[in-house]
Amino acid sequence: MVRVNLDIAKSLMTARWQQTGIAAVGVTFSITMFIALLGFMNGLNSMLDGLIINRTAHVRLYNDISPTKNQPIAIGTDSTKEHHFIHSLKATSVRKDIYNAPQIMQALRQDKRVTGIAPRLSAQILYNAGSIDITGVLNGIEADAESNLFHFSDYISRGEAKDLNSIPNAVILGKGVAEKLLVEPGDVVQVTTSLGNKLSLKVVAFFQSGIAEYDKVQSFVSIETVQKLLGVSKSYVSDIQVKLTDITLAPAYAKELSAVYQVNAEDIQTANEQFETGSFIRSLISYAVGITLLIVAGFGIYNILNMMIYEKMDTIAILKATGFSGADVRSIFMYIALSIGLVGGLVGLIIGYVLLRIIDTIPFVTAALPTINTYPVDYNPVYFFIGITFSLITTALAGFFPSRKASIVDPVTIIRGK
Amino acid sequence: MIKTEPILKANGIEKYFNDPVRVKVLDNICFEIQKGDFVAITGKSGCGKSTLLYILSTLDTDYDGQLWLEGKLTSGKTDKELALIRNQKIGFVFQFHYLLNEFTVLKNVMLPALKLGQKSKEEIEHDAIQNLKLLGMDQKALKNANQLSGGEKQRVAIARALINQPLIIMGDEPTGNLDNKNTDIVYDIFKELSTTFQQTLLIVTHDQEFAAKTHRTLVMEDGRMV
Repeated sequence: MVRVNLDIAKSLMTARWQQTGIAAVGVTFSITMFIALLGFMNGLNSMLDGLIINRTAHVRLYNDISPTKNQPIAIGTDSTKEHHFIHSLKATSVRKDIYNAPQIMQALRQDKRVTGIAPRLSAQILYNAGSIDITGVLNGIEADAESNLFHFSDYISRGEAKDLNSIPNAVILGKGVAEKLLVEPGDVVQVTTSLGNKLSLKVVAFFQSGIAEYDKVQSFVSIETVQKLLGVSKSYVSDIQVKLTDITLAPAYAKELSAVYQVNAEDIQTANEQFETGSFIRSLISYAVGITLLIVAGFGIYNILNMMIYEKMDTIAILKATGFSGADVRSIFMYIALSIGLVGGLVGLIIGYVLLRIIDTIPFVTAALPTINTYPVDYNPVYFFIGITFSLITTALAGFFPSRKASIVDPVTIIRGK
Repeated sequence: MIKTEPILKANGIEKYFNDPVRVKVLDNICFEIQKGDFVAITGKSGCGKSTLLYILSTLDTDYDGQLWLEGKLTSGKTDKELALIRNQKIGFVFQFHYLLNEFTVLKNVMLPALKLGQKSKEEIEHDAIQNLKLLGMDQKALKNANQLSGGEKQRVAIARALINQPLIIMGDEPTGNLDNKNTDIVYDIFKELSTTFQQTLLIVTHDQEFAAKTHRTLVMEDGRMV
């Protein structure tokens, strides 16, 4: 019985294939745009997020320089009733490194929730450029861990990140720093620490993050070089950057680490809240536009089905007279609507995919993003799934009222009316 | 002789039209049709004979009184049940042929049986070709319905009406739109169905000549049987 109804639906559609085709093209167009819009928008989104989030640790452990929370004067007096005029026990003997860093790192490496860790040791330095000193930050890193976890090597605009390990006293200069110092890879730069220690570093590569302010200050050397420069032991580490298997665990994990190891722990969500908000709004806009397109296509289907039903009054009457019930007639027209949605939607998915492929090849060169040469595109299958689901839902809704109208057509008035 | 159950029995059927004013169009219609009867209902235009046929065929459910088919009351059944009754028990022939132009002649004939779904597609196709043969239309089986002449369409409509071996065939002015030659052909077909196959037929017509050739004629006047 279902097959008979399907068969009739098919014949009705093929008899007016131009009309049916136009309705399907409407769906195809909106699904195509939906896919292209979401894929492109989210490609841009993840690129922009990547600017910060890819390079940022999910949890960062460090020792903040801050005065003690338990000021001596507060001990033994009731601060709710009295005002303290003396509350200035400054931070003097605070250590800048993380206490027990090797043990913490070993424990973190064994934790299943952790993908990997990268220790850092930063030092404030001055680049010596002729008679002028330029302030900067020298980041001691483990180049391999940084590249694996935080895409460090993606931001190297000239040279190789791994040269940090193989060449002694190698430095990767920020692009801005290099421009100020007028150096090329292979040249040597002089740096001075705040304590007056001097060191010659060999430039092996340039680093370009896309954020100019950052590139004017930051340079990277191996962690051992900084330890040597500061004259500290091999276990002296100021930051431990942790990457988790699941980024959503970060806030809870940060709290846990902070409590267990008595260090400051900052999670990525707290550190970069504005990026999530931005991504969310951009996604929201693309979904809204996509769904609007689909609704417009839905009205197209609604009109065409309504027209079809007026044209096919005789057919409906004869179907009813020969034993098709109202429910059968309704299902015939629902099949028509859903077929339009399914076929139009599937073709839309294919064209949408092709369109994304084309966008993917369009050159997009910007000095800020050295690793990106074409427009970024996200081929997430979720968009395709949402696209086809929405096209079916919209066409089902668009078909519902015309189908119901067809099902309540009174055959007597049609037959008598001739 | 044992009195057999009538195939169709109408008891006190009344119908009003409410628009624009309430008018009684059918008044206390009572009659019976036995198996194998070839009955014509005649009357002047507007006497209510078509209205009666739509009620008898279960298409129109807005009436007072009772209607029995094969001894079963059909009044007050649901749309689905009535659709099944029409599919299984009633064959229709209309004045305006009403074939589905989207389908071939063969498919048109097959559709009610496909809907009933009691036989395989092959059996139904075989039956449909047999019916078309009986009416001399088997040569046109694969043509589209809109490529036929009026007389041919009407013969296909009769083949379709026969496909589920219905209890009764109902015709609403089946010859009303045909020339004399085709009218004769259609009459001969009905006659043959009645005599050879004991097919019960109920034909509404204003063609007195046609009515006179049937077994039994019911005359209506102003919504009443006379």
